[in-house]
Amino acid sequence: MSEQHLLEVDNLWVKFPTRSGIFDAVRGISFSLGRERLGIVGESGSGKSMTGRAVLKLIRKPGFIEADRVEMNGVDVLNASEIRMRQLRGHHASMIMQDPKFSLNPVMTVGQQITEALRAHEKVSKQTARKRAVDMLDAVAIREPERVFDLYPHEVSGGMGQRIMIAMMLIPGPEILIADEPTSALDVSVQLQVLEIMDKLVSDRGMGLIFISHDLNLVSKFCDRIMIMYAGRIVEVCEAGKLHEATHPYTVGLLNSVPDLTHPRPRLEVLQRDPAWREMPSVSALL
Amino acid sequence: MPPVPPWLKKLGSTLVTVAVTILGLLFVTFMIGRVMPIDPVLAVIGERATQEQYNEVFYDLGLDKPLIVQFAIYVANVLQGDFGTSIRTGQQVSDDIARVFPATLELATLGTLIGVFLGVPLGVLAAVRRGSWIDQLARFVGLIGYSMPIFWLGLVGLLLFYGILNWVSGPGRVGIFYQGIVEPITGMLLVDSTLRGEWEVFRDAFSHIILPASLLGYYSLAYISRMTRSFMLEQLNSEYIITARVKGLSERKVIWHHAFRNIRIQLITVIALAYANLLEGSVLTEIIFAWPGIGQYITVSLLANDMNAVLGGTIVIGTIFVCLNIFSDLLYRFFDPRSK
Repeated sequence: MSEQHLLEVDNLWVKFPTRSGIFDAVRGISFSLGRERLGIVGESGSGKSMTGRAVLKLIRKPGFIEADRVEMNGVDVLNASEIRMRQLRGHHASMIMQDPKFSLNPVMTVGQQITEALRAHEKVSKQTARKRAVDMLDAVAIREPERVFDLYPHEVSGGMGQRIMIAMMLIPGPEILIADEPTSALDVSVQLQVLEIMDKLVSDRGMGLIFISHDLNLVSKFCDRIMIMYAGRIVEVCEAGKLHEATHPYTVGLLNSVPDLTHPRPRLEVLQRDPAWREMPSVSALL
Repeated sequence: MPPVPPWLKKLGSTLVTVAVTILGLLFVTFMIGRVMPIDPVLAVIGERATQEQYNEVFYDLGLDKPLIVQFAIYVANVLQGDFGTSIRTGQQVSDDIARVFPATLELATLGTLIGVFLGVPLGVLAAVRRGSWIDQLARFVGLIGYSMPIFWLGLVGLLLFYGILNWVSGPGRVGIFYQGIVEPITGMLLVDSTLRGEWEVFRDAFSHIILPASLLGYYSLAYISRMTRSFMLEQLNSEYIITARVKGLSERKVIWHHAFRNIRIQLITVIALAYANLLEGSVLTEIIFAWPGIGQYITVSLLANDMNAVLGGTIVIGTIFVCLNIFSDLLYRFFDPRSK
């Protein structure tokens, strides 16, 4: 594994045993992440969220993962003990989820939840933790961070909640951030603001970002590289700037089903799915 | 007139609710007592009394007045702390209750403590290790707790632990040699003997109470552990639990700091209800273990048509029920930041 790769995944499967046999949510995908912004796009059930969680080994039982190799910062994630995983989570790789209404603990203050994330990985005094949490809240553009520190999640707005999530996930200084539809639950008016804050922090710190979304336009604007997933496989990988050159019919179909203000069409195209796509081999997104 | 502060308004409306609830309870119990086809006069004077004696008592009891007036007089007396005299014991009902209630309080408290301290961890463990042997065990324990009649478990418990193994003492609150040694302070023998430093009495009383308390504790345990399990499962499936895991927190912290904090509120209600249930007096348990508690008192009084005693006991239990509810409401406010 070369130096600049933060994460390397080889032939990853996520499987769920069911009554009628094993269901494969992710089917043998390979990708790597450098200090870049990698977008994962796909429809619901394409396995994009599962990919994000599998990297952190947070697939809920009875689900399990199989892979030839999952390596994070030179650590073999597949064979890492639960204790080792705990050191990796938060400290090396963090994740932001969709809706801060559900992903923040309702009975703990914002400050408690942020300092807890820091103190899980660093031995710091309460005062230091508080100070760093307030600084972090300031860094995600929260006004009056001292006051917000003592608020409960229900007392802050959705956009603020998501910025708090970002602060909480970045405070232990991870190198990888997985953002699982971080703006889907937010008002359109604050989506861009939250994304810009996240983008700025991630590039300032030279982190790797995995941005999971179903919004092709958003991803093409914010990412360097995009992988398009369908039915648990990667069907296409491309540079964000060259998205319009995409060749896979699924990608083309997705692009065509999005309205464009500059080129209005009387009818949007309906995505026609071809069963053959399911069985096409997964494209490698290794660098 | 200055504006009324909101907390005072809240307090006022709570008090009104309590008063209405207890008044309603009293009304129903009073009416049931009066319409029962048993003559309260005969209960006092016996069958051999003359017609004059009968008439005298009839007027003394105020039975010539309309029912609603009788009820008003009764309520007025209760407000002055006068619950009337018990026909059966010949004593003031308030004195009787002051004697029997601490016995029930002691038993119910110990039973609830056992139920909470074993039931909550068992429920949490069953939820965390869902489907494992410990979950199956918890389910089995809970099922038995729900479905076994308590009198059967009580008798078998006595047979086994008292009759055969002789680990505990038999029925009653305390052995005959230790009776009357401790001057009552609270009326609860374990507390009083501790306060007076009578350790011999404490040990003997403890060996008497532990079996019935464990039995009642087992019943609350069954209920509390099942409820804890389902509350915990609901929380463990929440998004914020994933957030906590993503932070790299230990499983212990995820469970107790995150999930458990969110079920405290629901648990309080469950525990308060379980406690209130035991405080009502578990009649069967009290009778099997010859425990002179309020459940036994009310039952025996009811059979003797001693309505003053029944009414007095009902008020006490009703008040406790309502107070426990208010108390759990207050804790709600304290534990749930969203309710402020």
